[in-house]
Amino acid sequence: MSGADQIFVWIGHEAAGWAPAPAQPLVSAILAIAGIMAVFGACFALTTVAERKILGRMQNRFGPNRVGPYGLFQPLADGVKMLTKEDIVPFSADKTLHFLAPLVLTVPVWLAFAVLPFGRNMSALDLDCGVLFFFAIGSASELAVFMAGWSSQNKYSLVGAMRAIAQMISYEVPLVLSTVPVLMLAGSLSLNGIVAAQGSHTIGGLARWNVFTPWGLAGLLLFLIAATAESNRSPFDLPEGESEIIAGYLTEYSGFKYALFFLGEYLGLFAVTGLAVTLFLGGWHAPFQWLEWAPSWLWFGAKFSVLIFLFIWARATLPRLRLDQLLNFSWRFLAPLSLINLAVAAAWHWTGAWESAAAAPVRWLLCAALIALPAHWLGRALRGRLPPPRKYRYAE
Amino acid sequence: MLNEIAFLLCATLTLAGAVAAMTLRNLVHCALCAAGAFAGLAAIYLQLDAEFAGFAQLLVYVGAVAILIVFTILLTRGAEIQPAASPSWRMGVTVGALVTACLIGSIAASPGLHGSPPQTVQAPVKRIGEQLMNQYVMPLEAIGLLLTAALLGAVIIALREPPKPEPPAP
Amino acid sequence: MTTPLAHYLILAALLFGVGLAGALARRNAILVLLGLELMLNAANLNFIAFWRFSSHPGELTGLMFVLFSIAIGAAEAAIGLALVIAIHRHRRTAQVDRFDSLKG
Repeated sequence: MSGADQIFVWIGHEAAGWAPAPAQPLVSAILAIAGIMAVFGACFALTTVAERKILGRMQNRFGPNRVGPYGLFQPLADGVKMLTKEDIVPFSADKTLHFLAPLVLTVPVWLAFAVLPFGRNMSALDLDCGVLFFFAIGSASELAVFMAGWSSQNKYSLVGAMRAIAQMISYEVPLVLSTVPVLMLAGSLSLNGIVAAQGSHTIGGLARWNVFTPWGLAGLLLFLIAATAESNRSPFDLPEGESEIIAGYLTEYSGFKYALFFLGEYLGLFAVTGLAVTLFLGGWHAPFQWLEWAPSWLWFGAKFSVLIFLFIWARATLPRLRLDQLLNFSWRFLAPLSLINLAVAAAWHWTGAWESAAAAPVRWLLCAALIALPAHWLGRALRGRLPPPRKYRYAE
Repeated sequence: MLNEIAFLLCATLTLAGAVAAMTLRNLVHCALCAAGAFAGLAAIYLQLDAEFAGFAQLLVYVGAVAILIVFTILLTRGAEIQPAASPSWRMGVTVGALVTACLIGSIAASPGLHGSPPQTVQAPVKRIGEQLMNQYVMPLEAIGLLLTAALLGAVIIALREPPKPEPPAP
Repeated sequence: MTTPLAHYLILAALLFGVGLAGALARRNAILVLLGLELMLNAANLNFIAFWRFSSHPGELTGLMFVLFSIAIGAAEAAIGLALVIAIHRHRRTAQVDRFDSLKG
């Protein structure tokens, strides 16, 4: 078990062992970086083609199927296209900012992968405040959106950038608040500590993942909704919807810079998915105790793939939200619900001291009701802002 | 040695960003250089083993305050007009230089500041949480009230007043 | 950890001076606020540096002060910028030497 599980750690140690002793930390850091970039770069390529195939299948058509077997070499074709396109910079654009914006977007997103634990002993950086690092780095990418929109000197780009930033800062509140119950009950901000806190097992060998508790389930749903909005994905892709505003803040970008933006967006999606897996789905733990023989990084990858499929499914199914609907949803539904979720997680922790045999289902029902009822009422209050029925006037 | 180089790099970035923020003519460039200065400061906090403060600085200043400033520049049409320095800018720079000279003079004159590097320091988040809940609970509650008041105040100040209804015709 | 405390303090002093000079010399209200934020950050750097080099770093005093200071700085920036927006709506300008209607 430990052989296959720790194979990447072992490869890293062996390769770093060939370097001279003072340079070993640097070499092992570079190996970790290279590994992450290779794996998530390949993941990005696969996800673009998988998304198009899955969207196609859900819309009752084939996706791309010309370029390779089942269209799997499509990312190569896309890459060649993006790299050979002419890099147009508008005449009146602010050249420095226009050049820097894709970099400022992509570099912090790569940084965010450093704290995720991909397997047992497989996180590149074991920070004491890993979750805070993740959110701090993620908030630096909002400036890049503004830089892109403003430097293009294009009204539509600026409006798109404003909308995108308003959306991103609105959804940062439920994103961070929905992770606070996890931090509270795990007692640590370190991602390895949070995964370790989900390592024990209950009846039937079922692992104690956070998602198997009422607050964990609600938290995961809130986190996933906020993450969809943070990555500007459908149904929250108003800032870059093609039928709305051409491409929003990306209008004046072409060629490699557009490819970098595209890459940054997908990598952001991967980073928050990895965080969701770590915080709510037990990280690299297997769901049942008798499945622990499989390598830990395989479990991480499996959960990660399921969540990515969920994101693609949501994109295929749900219509786009309008800006005011989007902002209302965040401030009037998700944010209060995250706070209520925090209180329910505290209630769960306190009722954990109950000793009787019927304690578990009662706890579950009580906490689930404590979340579900406010969610229902908040939803009703949100729906109450519909416009009045239309009055039609017909020509005489 | 590596430590010195890292400090010099971060310090140069911070100071360059600050000077650029105060001297550039394009307001948006000023705001973005200030964000760079804040990021440089966050790197220095990380060097000083204050991890929590460094990441909080990134989250709050680069992720929120810089964006606030940028939005305000756009909402007050700062990008259109060419901002000029005030006629008394020489006085301002002189005052700043005098204050800096006083501070640096007193730093250079103090005996105990060029001393040996201290022991390794741990600031675990658990300890920060414990202190926040035990020793600093009153400031924590006060900050909660302050932030609520600031949120409400900012919204009310910046709220567009609804147009007054017309008085009924006599 | 080989940089002495004096270097950090000198950096903080320089940052403070730049912030002060900018706040006094620039006309636009937003840049005055930016200078204010730089001064606040310089003071925070001083706190962290003194905490790190103190003889009781386990007390976390400097770190706590800086956390509260960051929160207060953000709140102050929000209110200040809201004020600038409100004034701009009435006066159509953001230059501080035009806000002189109370001059006697």
